[in-house]
Amino acid sequence: MRQPLEGSQAIARAVVAARAQVVAAYPITPQTHIVEHIARMVADGAASCELVSVESEFSAASVVLGAAMAGSRAYTATASQGLLLMGEVLYNIAGLRVPLVMTVANRALSAPLSIWNDQQDSMAMRDAGWVQLYCSDNQEAVDTTIQAFRIAETLEVPVMVCVDGFTLTHTLEAIELPEQEVVDRFLPPYRFARALDPLHPKTFGTLVGPEYYAEMRELHHRALLAALEVIPRVDEEWAAATGRASGGLLRMEGDSEARTGVLTLGSIFGTLADAREVYADCRPLRLVHLRCFRPFPAAALRAAAAGLERLVVLERAISPGAGGIVTAEVRAALAELDRPPQVHGFAVGLGGRDVPLDLLPRLLASLPPRPGPFRIFDLDVQKLPEGGS
Amino acid sequence: MTNETVSLDNLRANQPRFSGLTSGHRACLGCGQALAARLVLEAAGPDVMIANATGCLEIFTTPWPESAWRVPWLHSLFENTGAVAAGMEAALKAQGKSTRVLAFGGDGGTFDIGFQALSGMLERGHEVLYVCFDNEAYMNTGIQRSSSTPHAAATTTSPAGRARMGKRHLKKDILSIIAAHHIPYAATASVAYPADVRKKVRRALALPGPSFLLVHSPCPLGWGHEGALSIEVARLAVETGLFPLVELERGSVVGVLPLREPKPVTEYLKLQGRFAHLFADDPRAREELAHLQALADANIERYGLRATAGGLDTESADTVRRGGGQWA
Repeated sequence: MRQPLEGSQAIARAVVAARAQVVAAYPITPQTHIVEHIARMVADGAASCELVSVESEFSAASVVLGAAMAGSRAYTATASQGLLLMGEVLYNIAGLRVPLVMTVANRALSAPLSIWNDQQDSMAMRDAGWVQLYCSDNQEAVDTTIQAFRIAETLEVPVMVCVDGFTLTHTLEAIELPEQEVVDRFLPPYRFARALDPLHPKTFGTLVGPEYYAEMRELHHRALLAALEVIPRVDEEWAAATGRASGGLLRMEGDSEARTGVLTLGSIFGTLADAREVYADCRPLRLVHLRCFRPFPAAALRAAAAGLERLVVLERAISPGAGGIVTAEVRAALAELDRPPQVHGFAVGLGGRDVPLDLLPRLLASLPPRPGPFRIFDLDVQKLPEGGS
Repeated sequence: MTNETVSLDNLRANQPRFSGLTSGHRACLGCGQALAARLVLEAAGPDVMIANATGCLEIFTTPWPESAWRVPWLHSLFENTGAVAAGMEAALKAQGKSTRVLAFGGDGGTFDIGFQALSGMLERGHEVLYVCFDNEAYMNTGIQRSSSTPHAAATTTSPAGRARMGKRHLKKDILSIIAAHHIPYAATASVAYPADVRKKVRRALALPGPSFLLVHSPCPLGWGHEGALSIEVARLAVETGLFPLVELERGSVVGVLPLREPKPVTEYLKLQGRFAHLFADDPRAREELAHLQALADANIERYGLRATAGGLDTESADTVRRGGGQWA
C-alpha cells in the first residue's frame, strides 16, 4: 500500500523493518528526522532496537562498529560535518570488513557553512572502502536501505546509502513500504562469522607489518569489486520479491538512439527525467543514473554509453584545483572504448542551489563543440569579485 | 574436551587463575601494563570481550599473525575505545547475553584523546569496565608528555633543560572527573598490589552499570628505572601518597588503602630517570621537590590516607605469598 511519507520517516521505517538491533547516531541537519523517527518508534514500542544517542558522530560510527563486531545488525546515519568527523572510523570499519549500513543525508561542507544539499560530503569519503549507493527518489531510498544490509552482510563490507538532504529527506512522496514478512524473507537474521565470541576468542584490528599490509588491501579491493556482481543480483532479488528494482549499478532512461547522454547521481536524476519530458528539443536524450559510485561500475558504464557521441556529467561536488570527481572517473572508464564519447563535466546545485527543470535545455544548448575544462555550470559570475580569487 | 562441550562455568572452575593474556607477547622487561592487563583478566575472564585502544598494549600483544589474547579482543582506534565498548555492550544487551565488556586504554587514550568517548560511555550508563593502564606518558610513540604525566617529570616533549624543570603542568585528576559522572564504581589500583587489583575488578563487575579502574603501571623505559624495580617503584608511588589507592561508589569515597607512615616523595622520585633533574644542586629543583611533596600531602589529606591504630596498611594489606592456596 502506497502512503505519503517523508523521506526520513520512510528510511526510518525501512531500518526498523530490516530489524537493526543497534542504532547509534548524533543529530545533524538534515539527517535528524531519520533518527527522531526511529527514536519515536522505540518509545512507542514499535521498534525493539538498542538506540544509543551518542555524544558525537565519531562515537556513533564507533558504537555501530563495536555492535556489529559483537554480533548485532547495526545502523547509523549522518551528514556533512558529521561524516567528516567519522572519517577515521569509516576507514577503520571498512578495513576491519565490518558489515554496517549508514544513511548519508547529503549536505555541503563548511566553510562557508551551509546546511543545504550537495554531495561533497560522501564524495570526500569515496576512498574509505565503503560501498556507496545513491538514491534518486525516496522509494529507492527505502528499497536500497534494505538491500544495503544484504549487500553488507553478503560481502562483509560496509554500505553507505546516500540520499540528498532536504530534497529527499524532508520531502513527502507516495511510498510503498514493504511488508515485514517480505523483508524477513529477503534479509535473514544477522550472522557474522567473525563476531566476537568468548567460546571462540579471536583477535581483531592487529598491527600488520609491511609483509602483509598490501595483501590485506588487495583483499579489501577484491571485496569491493565483488560488489559489482552482488549489487545487481540483490536488486534483482528485491525486484522479484516486491516488483520494484532500484537500478542495480546504474539505470538508464530515455532514448536508446540518442547521441547525447546526461549522467548524474541522486535526486537530480528525477529533475532531468521530468525536464526531458517537458522539453522536446532536448530529445533524443539518454539519462544515466549512476546508482553505484563505489565500487565504480566501469564496465556497466561503458555499456550504458554505447552509441553516445557526448556524455554530460552533472555532479554536486568539486575537487578544488582539479575539477570534477565523477567526471574524471567517467572519462577514464570510457577512454577504454574504441570510440569514446566526449565527456563534458559540470558541477551544479552546490550548497543547495536549486536545480530547475530548464537547466537541462540551457545546459545542452551551451555545450561547446569540444569539452572545455570542468566548471560550475550554474555560477552567477556577477556575484564574483572582479578578477578576484 | 572440545570447545562445544566446554561451558564457561567449567572453564572458570578449571582455571581459578584464568590467563586471558598469555606469555609470548613483546612487552619490555618489567612492563607494568602487561602485568596489570594479566591481573585484570585473571579476575574478569573468560566470559568477556575487550575493546582495546591503540597503544603499547595493543602493539606488543598483536603483531600479525600472532596474538597473546585468549579472550575476544578488538582494537579499533586510539580515541574511540569507550564508544566501541559501548557498542559491544548495546549489542550484547540486544542479544540478551551476559558476556561482560572490558575497555582497555593507556593514559593517552583515556585522559586525552579518548576522553570524550569515555565520558559519553559513562554518562549513558553502559555496563562496561573501563580500565586505564596509567604509565603517565605516550610510551608507544616514545615517551611524550600526556595530561597524566606528573608535574616536573621529564619526557621527550617536556624535557628538563636550563629553562625548564620537566612538565610544567599538573597530572590531570581523572578520578574526580570520572567521579563526577556518578557511576556505580570507580577506583585506583597499582600493579604493586595484585590482590587489590583483582578485588577491585571483581567489585566493578559485581555492580551494574559502568565502572572505571585506573591502574598505575610503571614503564621502565619511560620512567627511567630498571625493569626489576617496577613493583618497588609502583609501591613507592602508593606509599608516598603520590598515587593514592581509593575506591568511589556513586562519586563518594568508600575505601582507601591507608598509609601507616607515608614515605617522603624523594624515595619514589630518586629511583627514576624522569625525575633525575630534581636532584641537581639547583634551587628550582628543590622548589619542585617541595611542590611534589605538597601534592602527595594534599592527596593524603584529601583521601584521609593516614592509618589509624589497628587498621590495615600498606605493610600487610597485600603481602604476596607463594606456593599454596590457603590464603586465596
